[in-house]
Amino acid sequence: MTTILKKPGFNPDRKYKIIGTSPVKHDGFDKVTGRAKFAADAFLPGMLVGKVLRSPHPHAILKRIDTTQASKVPGVKAIITRDDFPEIKQGTGGGDMTRLAMAREKVYWEGHPVAAVAATSESAAKKALKLIEVEYEVLPHVIDPVEAMSPDAPILHDYMRTKGAKGPDAEKPTNVVERHALGIGDVDKGFAEADVIVEGTFDTKPMHQGYIELQSCVANYSDDGQVDLWCCTQAPWVYRDRLTEILKIESSKIRIQQSELGGGFGGKTTFYLEPLSVVLSRKAKCPVKMTLTRVEVMRATGPVSGTQSTIKMGCKKDGTIVAVDSTLVFQTGPYTGSAFTNAPQAMLTRYDLKNVRTVSYEVVSNRPKVSSFRAPCVPQVVFGVEGLIDELATKIGMDPIEMRLKNAIVEGHKTIYGETFNRIGFVETLEAAKACDHYRAPVPKGQARGIACGFWFNRGGETTGSMNLAPDGTVTITLGTADVAGSRMSMAMMAAEELGIPVDRVRAVLADTHSLGYNRVTAGSRTTFSSGIIVVDSARKIITELCRRAAKIWNVPEEGVVFEDGVCRPASSNVGEFEPLSIKDIAHKTTYTMGSISGHSEMNVTGAGPGFAVHIVDVEVDKETGLTSVKRYTIIEDAGKAISPAQVEGQFQGAAVQGIGWALNEEYVYGSDGRLQNPGFLDYRMPVASDVPMIDTVIVEVPNPKHPFGLRGVGEVPLTPAMAAIGNAIGHAIGIRPRSLPMSPPKVLAIIEEARARGVLPAG
Amino acid sequence: MSKKHHITTIVNGDEYEALCETRHTLLDVLRDELRLTGTKEGCATGDCGACSVMMDGRLVCSCLVLAVEADGKSIDTIEGMASGNELHPLQTKFLELNGLQCGICTPGFLIAARALLERNPDPTESEARYWLAGNLCRCTGYDKIIRAVLSAAAEMRGA
Ligand code: FES
Ligand code: FES
Repeated sequence: MTTILKKPGFNPDRKYKIIGTSPVKHDGFDKVTGRAKFAADAFLPGMLVGKVLRSPHPHAILKRIDTTQASKVPGVKAIITRDDFPEIKQGTGGGDMTRLAMAREKVYWEGHPVAAVAATSESAAKKALKLIEVEYEVLPHVIDPVEAMSPDAPILHDYMRTKGAKGPDAEKPTNVVERHALGIGDVDKGFAEADVIVEGTFDTKPMHQGYIELQSCVANYSDDGQVDLWCCTQAPWVYRDRLTEILKIESSKIRIQQSELGGGFGGKTTFYLEPLSVVLSRKAKCPVKMTLTRVEVMRATGPVSGTQSTIKMGCKKDGTIVAVDSTLVFQTGPYTGSAFTNAPQAMLTRYDLKNVRTVSYEVVSNRPKVSSFRAPCVPQVVFGVEGLIDELATKIGMDPIEMRLKNAIVEGHKTIYGETFNRIGFVETLEAAKACDHYRAPVPKGQARGIACGFWFNRGGETTGSMNLAPDGTVTITLGTADVAGSRMSMAMMAAEELGIPVDRVRAVLADTHSLGYNRVTAGSRTTFSSGIIVVDSARKIITELCRRAAKIWNVPEEGVVFEDGVCRPASSNVGEFEPLSIKDIAHKTTYTMGSISGHSEMNVTGAGPGFAVHIVDVEVDKETGLTSVKRYTIIEDAGKAISPAQVEGQFQGAAVQGIGWALNEEYVYGSDGRLQNPGFLDYRMPVASDVPMIDTVIVEVPNPKHPFGLRGVGEVPLTPAMAAIGNAIGHAIGIRPRSLPMSPPKVLAIIEEARARGVLPAG
Repeated sequence: MSKKHHITTIVNGDEYEALCETRHTLLDVLRDELRLTGTKEGCATGDCGACSVMMDGRLVCSCLVLAVEADGKSIDTIEGMASGNELHPLQTKFLELNGLQCGICTPGFLIAARALLERNPDPTESEARYWLAGNLCRCTGYDKIIRAVLSAAAEMRGA
């Protein structure tokens, strides 16, 4: 094992100079002046414009495509269809990928690409798209995952059989990709010990990641078969390897440079335009730029799984949860890839449970293939779990935070999926929530309060990076992970801290795929943790080399030199009397010592520290209209160590507002024809500034001993409990807790009427 | 190919000429013809504010203005917001208070916020939130953006 993973060198008594401050992000300057280069901001000489023809049907056999007339439009340089892609067998990873990029036998969603055109102007390209003739044989479609499971549902893939299914149904064509069971103990025995049992079915609607930057890319396929691709992505190396797989181009010939990333949240882990632009460029012999419209983003990119969870939970009078039983259904698009197994693993991981049964199903449907979104598939299920815990707490008359403390896990806990936790901070987070101003303040009149908790694993994985020392003593870092919200600055801070130099002497840049080895996708809240370890490891290698050079300059043995506070000095007076040498002094002399100094590191990073959060929210529900307003919101979360507290707060606040949108408003609305009816920001309404209050934050710091500075990932945990907290608050406001997202005015109004009829809410 | 129109606009104080199709928006011309890509496209339907610019002193979504309508007009974009090496106080506060994460929405917010402070130098939090309700940000949850705007306003008032 690599040394730093074994010996991260975490020191709880270390006093930091840079870590824990919030300096201005280096990449910020170009972003406030309009100079930052996002994906759509690139232009190449002779560049063509590429546009996509998309299926108007959610499910149809693609019988014939005729591009004859289209190719006659002046300015059209290339048209591509399924015939321009190598055949890869259906039902394999590569087969799915190529069919997602360009339809082959069938179209599987409204918006599925069927052809693409490159032309000298957008007008010419659009004119050509209109002239492409496509003959479809329309098939019945299915979008809702529960309907897709029924025996008479239209089948998307005749070849599909349910993985993990047993019995006679296992041999039949189905829309159920997989049945996944996970559990511990004896649930029936557990329920027998319960004093109170609650159960419910919860459903959440598909929604979108909602990044503001439209996907865009520029591909140049040169005459010797080299591909240069510029795009916004969370996963340059993954894109490269997938292009290799579906286009049969060697990886060494594909160079991907990531642009500034204008938001991703998991939605830019999958390519859409990139394979099309490469194939168009190859055919047209010109660079091709393609940019999605917002309507295309909504119709044809990474939506989030809709779900249905049926959960039963029991507890004793003292608050001990004794059993949980659940059946969970996750919608994916036409192919697997929802990462649904996250949900059974994470939904209860924070409570010490002895008896749990979960059965989860992933189901295909006539929608674009779902893509990751902050803690994929977890917030949807936590909405149900934390809702039921709240009901139990109410029934037994226990404070909701005390109820969670009663069941909270601590260091040494073995999870349902087999991992044993090192140091974790759930109890500290709950205690901080109990002590925070928001929780101690009385609930204002006319409002109600909800709380909920969440967990995310946080990830590590394959990561690479390099660090170079320039002759003037400044340092550059080349990173393999993408910068989704400011991680270049966090890396510069960690390097500066380790090297003992000001952060303005360090710059971090994002590598292209030729410059570093493979990097796993930037997701799973792994970036600052994993690349942080790479950066510290690289800095330590540089420090070792600095000591070696100082020894050479002084002509003393290497062991005679130590590095402290940014300078090399003699380890003791026995070594001799020498003026300390700063990094700058040594860097200046590299030509005369042994040449330039750099540090490089690559490893499969392990040791990510799990994260836990508590959300507290006060809402006001208008009983006339059913409209919910969020009045006060506080996130309390364990960050291990906040490298830049302002950035950590930003992660919490952004996630909270995404959660508010998901809880109250955001949903894909499909017509009975299977077409999306709200593919734009007017009808798919994300929260705006006037919809939300300030979001208060409490950063808890229970260090992760596996990281040199103790940090944990913070990007995903803060979305996991958001909808549950808001649902619990609404439940307290109107007497019945909503079980379906979004909790939009018409739905809440219907619940208010039901609550009045049942006498749990006084008549208005 | 449809006939192109010749337009002349003053952008950030400098005169520019461009050829455009009738269907082209001001946003198209700024980005694709003048290569002033600081103005962003998030929707092209007037719903996200990423394309905010000033046209003859009025805040507009440049995706909703036809390029031919901008002929003879004076346009201010993010590229002209700083004067020389001196950032506008809003730009400084966005940096200092971390009012940006990915930064794609930032130019639009800065242009819209400057327009707010020109007509209301002392906005309340609620006034700032409503004025900026036409600008979408998916990263920040707006908290630090609003704080940056209010703090820049205070600084500009000399408060
Ligand atoms: S691009 Fe103009 S408002 Fe969105
Ligand atoms: S900072 Fe990313 S959208 Fe606002």
